[in-house]
Amino acid sequence: MSKSNTILYLDGVSVSFDGFRAINNLSLVLDKGEMRAIIGPNGAGKTTMMDIVTGKTRPDAGEVYFDGEVDLTKHDEAEIAMMGIGRKFQKPTVFESHTIEENLMLALKGPRSIFPALFHRRSAAEVRQIDDILGIIRLGDKRDEIAANLSHGQKQWLEIGMLLAQDPKLLLVDEPVAGMTDAETEETARLLKDIARDHSVIVVEHDMHFVRELGVKVTCLHEGSVLSEGSLDFVSADERVVEVYLGR
Amino acid sequence: MITGRFFAAGADRRIAITIFILLTVAIVVPLLNLAVSPTSAFYVPSYIVALTGKYLCYALLALALDLVWGYCGILSLGHGAFFALGGYAMGMYLMRQIGSRGVYGNPLLPDFMVFLNYKELPWFWYGFDHFWFAAIMVLAVPGLLAFVFGWFAFRSRVTGVYLSIITQAMTYALLLAFFRNDMGFGGNNGLTDFKDILGFNVQADATRSALFAAGAVTLALAVYVTWAIVGSKYGKLLMAVRDAESRTRFLGWRAENVKLFAFTVSAVMAGIAGALYVPQVGIINPGEFEPSNSIEVVVWAAVGGRGTIVGPIIGALVVNAGKSWFTGVLPEFWLFALGGLFVAVTLFLPKGIIGMWDSWRGNAKALRAASIAEEAGTDPDVPAPPKVVRGAARTPGDWSGSSPEPQPAE
Repeated sequence: MSKSNTILYLDGVSVSFDGFRAINNLSLVLDKGEMRAIIGPNGAGKTTMMDIVTGKTRPDAGEVYFDGEVDLTKHDEAEIAMMGIGRKFQKPTVFESHTIEENLMLALKGPRSIFPALFHRRSAAEVRQIDDILGIIRLGDKRDEIAANLSHGQKQWLEIGMLLAQDPKLLLVDEPVAGMTDAETEETARLLKDIARDHSVIVVEHDMHFVRELGVKVTCLHEGSVLSEGSLDFVSADERVVEVYLGR
Repeated sequence: MITGRFFAAGADRRIAITIFILLTVAIVVPLLNLAVSPTSAFYVPSYIVALTGKYLCYALLALALDLVWGYCGILSLGHGAFFALGGYAMGMYLMRQIGSRGVYGNPLLPDFMVFLNYKELPWFWYGFDHFWFAAIMVLAVPGLLAFVFGWFAFRSRVTGVYLSIITQAMTYALLLAFFRNDMGFGGNNGLTDFKDILGFNVQADATRSALFAAGAVTLALAVYVTWAIVGSKYGKLLMAVRDAESRTRFLGWRAENVKLFAFTVSAVMAGIAGALYVPQVGIINPGEFEPSNSIEVVVWAAVGGRGTIVGPIIGALVVNAGKSWFTGVLPEFWLFALGGLFVAVTLFLPKGIIGMWDSWRGNAKALRAASIAEEAGTDPDVPAPPKVVRGAARTPGDWSGSSPEPQPAE
């Protein structure tokens, strides 16, 4: 398989923790600009796969390439983030004691060393960027609110906003609608589809309605490898997927 | 922008007031000691000058600790080591100033070296006859130790209680090392019997007053620097690392560098505090490396209110004033009182004196707002509550005071 024109290329990746094979010979290819939904039962290796891509976990075996040429196994989290991979955690993780604006300010693309940060002044361009993002994530009226005061769903959006501020090429989004109301879920699906227009996105989600809403190619993981891949209808008709995940 | 913020009302006013008070005290206390007749009611006795001068050094140490603990969640139980190293650097300068006036009258070697049969000055004592060299060492030695220590610890991602334990081990190792006579730092007895600093008699009232003023001005400067640091984008990042370290990493920040910078700055501040402390108390010995000293600093910061700038200063002053009084009345119970205080503060005042003050003021404001609204015949629920929440959340002190819940100590 050729790596060119892929944003993410995983081939034969395995990793085990204390003998438990969390990822087992996993191969997955994401084309540039593609949005992919990943489903699978608990313990299927979805989050571990994200850990590998973002440099938190090193694979025991296999190839992980970003943008067709960068070997991600040779870099750490901060370097990978700077290359253009953004990640939203399963549990919304924002800077609770900062305002929404400050959260986004810290995420904005720019130099990441200490002294520029020490003497940083907010520029008009940055304020504009933050305005744009606040509009996209629908938190425009909450700019000066402390992040801890946000609802669960709003925190999820803020975290997605922080990803956007980073301006990554690839977004890894882990369970973006966990704990959201139906209305919020729909809104989030719209938001992600917007984002997918000019970014590559991987979404891990359990909520099948939400996955259907996204309307993209689906990969089902099971026991650390790909069980089934294709359109949602194709995957959900797959006997094995029904067996291990969807239930009868 | 920074000066604009400095004169701004509200959140930053407390900092301005603190700096103003410190600078005023730096002028007024020496005047009341030196220029007022001892019979006058306004006379400040010399022992008070010496005692409060010592407290100001402790306050600077507590502020240094708070920069890493309160703002970055690094609970260092070894900050006493940086304080003591700064103190030793100053002590070495003061030793060299004794010259041939020591008991043995050796123009080059300090008394303890003659006593221990040193034939010549150890190489690491070179240069300490110059004040400028000693001053650089006061900054460089604690700074370098913190940098090297932090470089390894933060890079290896040692966090939480494990980091606290190794900081404690660091100060304990230094304690043992400095106890040894052949280390060349006076062993058990440390460095003492100082005569002059910059040519002035260290015991004279005028010198003591000058040292007091230097302590107050330095503390004011440290308050300003800390405030500028925590108010910058870097300061926000520091708190971000405290609250969600992995988030900062996945945003591309190097959390270890963020911590390393704060840790090093903090160690330098602690070293300066030690250097100001030693000429005022007239002795530095390995006892300053005692792990319990470092733990006491943590108590000061916790009592005053960690994660605020003014809190640790108030904590250091209050606890040490209490200590001076208590050890006069019931000396054997002081450690119990200190331990009890720490437990009580953790249980009942998780945000310290400053936090209590803020929430008390917040409540008072809320009550007033509610009663005004009631008198005006409007529904008090409508405008008041949001105001209250914001008031309590963003109260002065700063930024991290804004976190609604006390952060885990980590």
